[in-house]
Amino acid sequence: MGIRFILMVNKQGQTRLAQYYEYLTLEERRALEGEIVRKCLARNEQQCSFVEHRTYKIVYRRYASLFFLVGVDNGENELAILEFIHLLVETMDRHFGNVCELDIMFHLEKAHFMLEEMVMNGCIVETSKANILTPIQLMDKAS
Amino acid sequence: MGSSIMDSLFQRSLEDLIKGIRLNLLTEPTFISKSTDDIRREIKSTDLHTKSVALQKLTYLSALYGLDMSWAAFHVVELMSSSAFAHKKIAYLAAAHSFHAATDVSLLTTHQFRKDLNSANPFEVSLALHCLSIIATPQLARELTPEIFTLLSSSKPSIGKKAVAVILRVFSEYPDAARVCFKRLVENLESSDPHTLSAAMGVFCELAVKDPKSYLPLAPEFYRILVDSRNNWVLIKVVKIFGKLAPLEPRLAMRVVEPICEHMRKTGAKSLMFECVRTVVTSLAEYEPAVKLAVVKIRELLVDDDPNLKYLWLQALTVVAPKHLWAVLENKEVVIKSLSDADPNIKLESLRILMVTVSESNVAEISRVLVNYAIKSDPEFCNEILGSILSACSRNVYEIIEDFDWYVSLLGEMSRIPHCQKGEEIEHQLIDIGMRVKDARLQLVRVGRDLLIDPALLGNPFLHRILSAAAWVSGEYVEFSKNPFELMEALLQPRISLLPPSVRAVYVQSAFKVLIFCLHSYLFYRETIACSPSSPDNFVTESKCPGSDSAIVAADCQQDEVFNPRASNQFFEDASAEDVEDITVTHAQIPNSASLGKDGFTHESIGNLLNLIEMALGPVSGSREVEIQERARNVLGFIELIKQELPGLVKKEGNFEREDLKFPKIIELMHDAFSKELGPVSANAQERVPIPDGLILRENLGDLEMICGNDQLPTSSSFSFGIPHYREKVGLPQSKGESSEASTESTSLLAEHRKLHGLYYLPSEKNDISTDYPPANDPKLQDNLNDHAKDLVKLTEQSLLQKKKPNHAKPRPVVVKLDEGDEAPIAAKKLELKEDLLSGAVRDVLLGNEDVSTSQSNLTDKSSSKRRGKEKLNADQPSGPKEVLGDVGNPNIGNSSSRRSKHHGHGKERRHRSPRKKDKEREENGQKDKQKSSHRHNRHKSRQRADGPNNVVTQTPVIPDFLL
Repeated sequence: MGIRFILMVNKQGQTRLAQYYEYLTLEERRALEGEIVRKCLARNEQQCSFVEHRTYKIVYRRYASLFFLVGVDNGENELAILEFIHLLVETMDRHFGNVCELDIMFHLEKAHFMLEEMVMNGCIVETSKANILTPIQLMDKAS
Repeated sequence: MGSSIMDSLFQRSLEDLIKGIRLNLLTEPTFISKSTDDIRREIKSTDLHTKSVALQKLTYLSALYGLDMSWAAFHVVELMSSSAFAHKKIAYLAAAHSFHAATDVSLLTTHQFRKDLNSANPFEVSLALHCLSIIATPQLARELTPEIFTLLSSSKPSIGKKAVAVILRVFSEYPDAARVCFKRLVENLESSDPHTLSAAMGVFCELAVKDPKSYLPLAPEFYRILVDSRNNWVLIKVVKIFGKLAPLEPRLAMRVVEPICEHMRKTGAKSLMFECVRTVVTSLAEYEPAVKLAVVKIRELLVDDDPNLKYLWLQALTVVAPKHLWAVLENKEVVIKSLSDADPNIKLESLRILMVTVSESNVAEISRVLVNYAIKSDPEFCNEILGSILSACSRNVYEIIEDFDWYVSLLGEMSRIPHCQKGEEIEHQLIDIGMRVKDARLQLVRVGRDLLIDPALLGNPFLHRILSAAAWVSGEYVEFSKNPFELMEALLQPRISLLPPSVRAVYVQSAFKVLIFCLHSYLFYRETIACSPSSPDNFVTESKCPGSDSAIVAADCQQDEVFNPRASNQFFEDASAEDVEDITVTHAQIPNSASLGKDGFTHESIGNLLNLIEMALGPVSGSREVEIQERARNVLGFIELIKQELPGLVKKEGNFEREDLKFPKIIELMHDAFSKELGPVSANAQERVPIPDGLILRENLGDLEMICGNDQLPTSSSFSFGIPHYREKVGLPQSKGESSEASTESTSLLAEHRKLHGLYYLPSEKNDISTDYPPANDPKLQDNLNDHAKDLVKLTEQSLLQKKKPNHAKPRPVVVKLDEGDEAPIAAKKLELKEDLLSGAVRDVLLGNEDVSTSQSNLTDKSSSKRRGKEKLNADQPSGPKEVLGDVGNPNIGNSSSRRSKHHGHGKERRHRSPRKKDKEREENGQKDKQKSSHRHNRHKSRQRADGPNNVVTQTPVIPDFLL
């Protein structure tokens, strides 16, 4: 499995979105998130975006007040994951228009939906912004 | 019913909930628990809308606030079957979030999944697929395999790609699904839709990482993608796959190295370029030009000074380094500068590279540089450095160490680094070297002595393990000691009460060894003196005025030569002798040392020695720690015995009686006992001891708990009860340090307590322990790290370049090694059954198995009627694409049935081949078949059905056509 989990965390370390592609109990998730957030948020801009944690490699990127953290297997291509994060942010930007923390908080389902379109079972399956957003737009229209 | 209406009318939406949480920041837990109560009520509503909103809120709270929602599993299933898409969506999200293998209601979802997977609405299908990819269980996977098989060739790309992605989960839960779906998955590699292809590559990449061998037959397909594809995501995956396949098949590596280099040269995407580089350095490292290109390419990344690229660059270099040291040499400056980078991760990577380049010729210099650097680093990195030096140097029983004197001194030096926390490892190595390397013992004793004699070190709990090793070494190899009396004083100094009991026990035992040695030497010496007629007078005068150096030294040498030729061979250089004296002067709290000459085994000194031991160990003999008590008593008992045997010793009159000369048997016996050589013990030694009859090792001792439960054993390894009480009773030198004997944890607790309740504490008087002596390991002034980095570059300039082994003046000492390796055997990791099953299934499919095909067609008939290409499925084999690359062709004897390729016409015109090649190939086929069948023999039994005897013939070589 390439991607193991995707987290969005704000500057205070509160989780805003968590998507796991392997089963962990709630306690394990809390513990893992806590450790990772502590590790990554302590780092500064001059330091690299890769952190090894347990058996994962965390690739993270900060956009304004939000950290996007992706946990991958050790063999995964870090630069590709960084590109993926950027694509995710661009997609959200296109949908919400200058996406911010509140957008994700109040539209968590949509955010999950976008992720579902982009990533299945830890594999990246869609990289076209238009394709990712079509179903969501259709659903918006329907409701 | 009424309440239900009320619920739906006044129900809070998810948005209300989120706003509520934001408003009630301070009372968040209460707010959430109140909301949960609401949800529990609402979710039972018969109104599906109310139910769905409740579930939506619950999922939100569970995902972000860790609320348990397993209790709502049944409601999730209920809502999944709603016909409204909005409800379904919420339910599927909730299921994906909260279901797992142990959720029993997931079985109830089978039917719903089947329905949704067959739905005409693509959004419902994709919801179900996504959820399945996360929560599929073996049962679900088994039941739904036909549906997924259908979807794999869906006409809608948005569904097709998701079905492909789900396959991975299905295979891992239910490996037999591969027998059905694998071919169709392979077909997706030719999909015209880039996203389906991308998903398929993702799946194959994951599969190939787990078991590359099974996917070798697909190499031609992958090769086509490698050459043709223009999609970076796909290319990254395919390059990764070749990275796994290439090591298995050298001819394949030869084939792919050029296209990969081509990508490296041409691509503008750093991610793809980096993937190519990584693949080349890990899997294609024997292709020198490719590696050269990779190193050049990746070097270009460094110009931006981007920390991400730097990190990756260093990682790649670490992989290259063992085989291509030149790559590191070319870039050593950057590597070494990275040692002082702002990012700890980068520092760590550069340290790893440096450690990879360590060899016999440069270990001394690199270690020197690194140790100096460690002194100035933060504690964490300092210990990383020390740890990697220790492990690099001890690798393979000190393989790279030529000069053990140097290494032992380095160990001593490392112990004194302020942040050093590697006590355990250093302890182990000091003792290990002592046992393995005879020639290093002299230096070991010297280093051990320096450590023991420094009272400041006793205050640092991290050093206690090292001190224990130093004490053991000094006792065991005391014959190398220059001044056993001084050693004895170090071993018995008052501050050893700071040590934990286990270490003190080692100290006492070492003191015992030193005592035996001194007595033995003294008596032996006297015996020799007595035998020579002229000397007795001489000796008496000496013993009366121990200050007269020259005579004693002369006597010394003589005595040394007699009783210990080895020690006298390697006598001390003057420099170190001065050193010794220096230290003795600085720490002048060893009162008697001044009066003792070097090795002055005089009547008086022995008497003093006995007194010293009695004084120091007397109080300890009442210690509550059994180990210490027992050993101290042994020593004291022995001294009693000696006094009876040699009354002359204690009288202190110095008159020399003939009867004293009798060499007491006991001393000789003890000396012999202690001088027995101890050797290293194999890690497997225990296993070779036969278990005596009647000894049941696996006996259940649970019943003992009843008996032992009441005795509250202390948790620490020592057996200490009520130290304070004991101290009152004894009140001798020990009491001074006893208070800080406790671990650092408790002292910090104590300090805290004192801060809080300072009022009730007596003014501290015992705090002087730390003020008495300079603090252990006084850190030097912080230098500018960057300056230092420059020094590093300069220093290592030669050391890294120096590739030839320098001619050593003295040969490497013998290092004792055990025959079967010292490392404990690592149990071979067993393959997981499931993966074994999967690769078995995949191989069956790829190698064209008739049984499988038929069973497959049965299944497909049953599951779907409107499937295209049912017959084709039976007929064509995925091994067909082998012809894509051309060099091959004619379906060849024995395996023609499995080789027909219908959908790859373009390969046909290139079917020509020299007969010689054909023969060669056949030969190889035969060989491979043999290997294959022998391999398969051990496989899991469940596959016997598939492996009929006739199948062995049809098993084709893995990828011969492509490669020749």
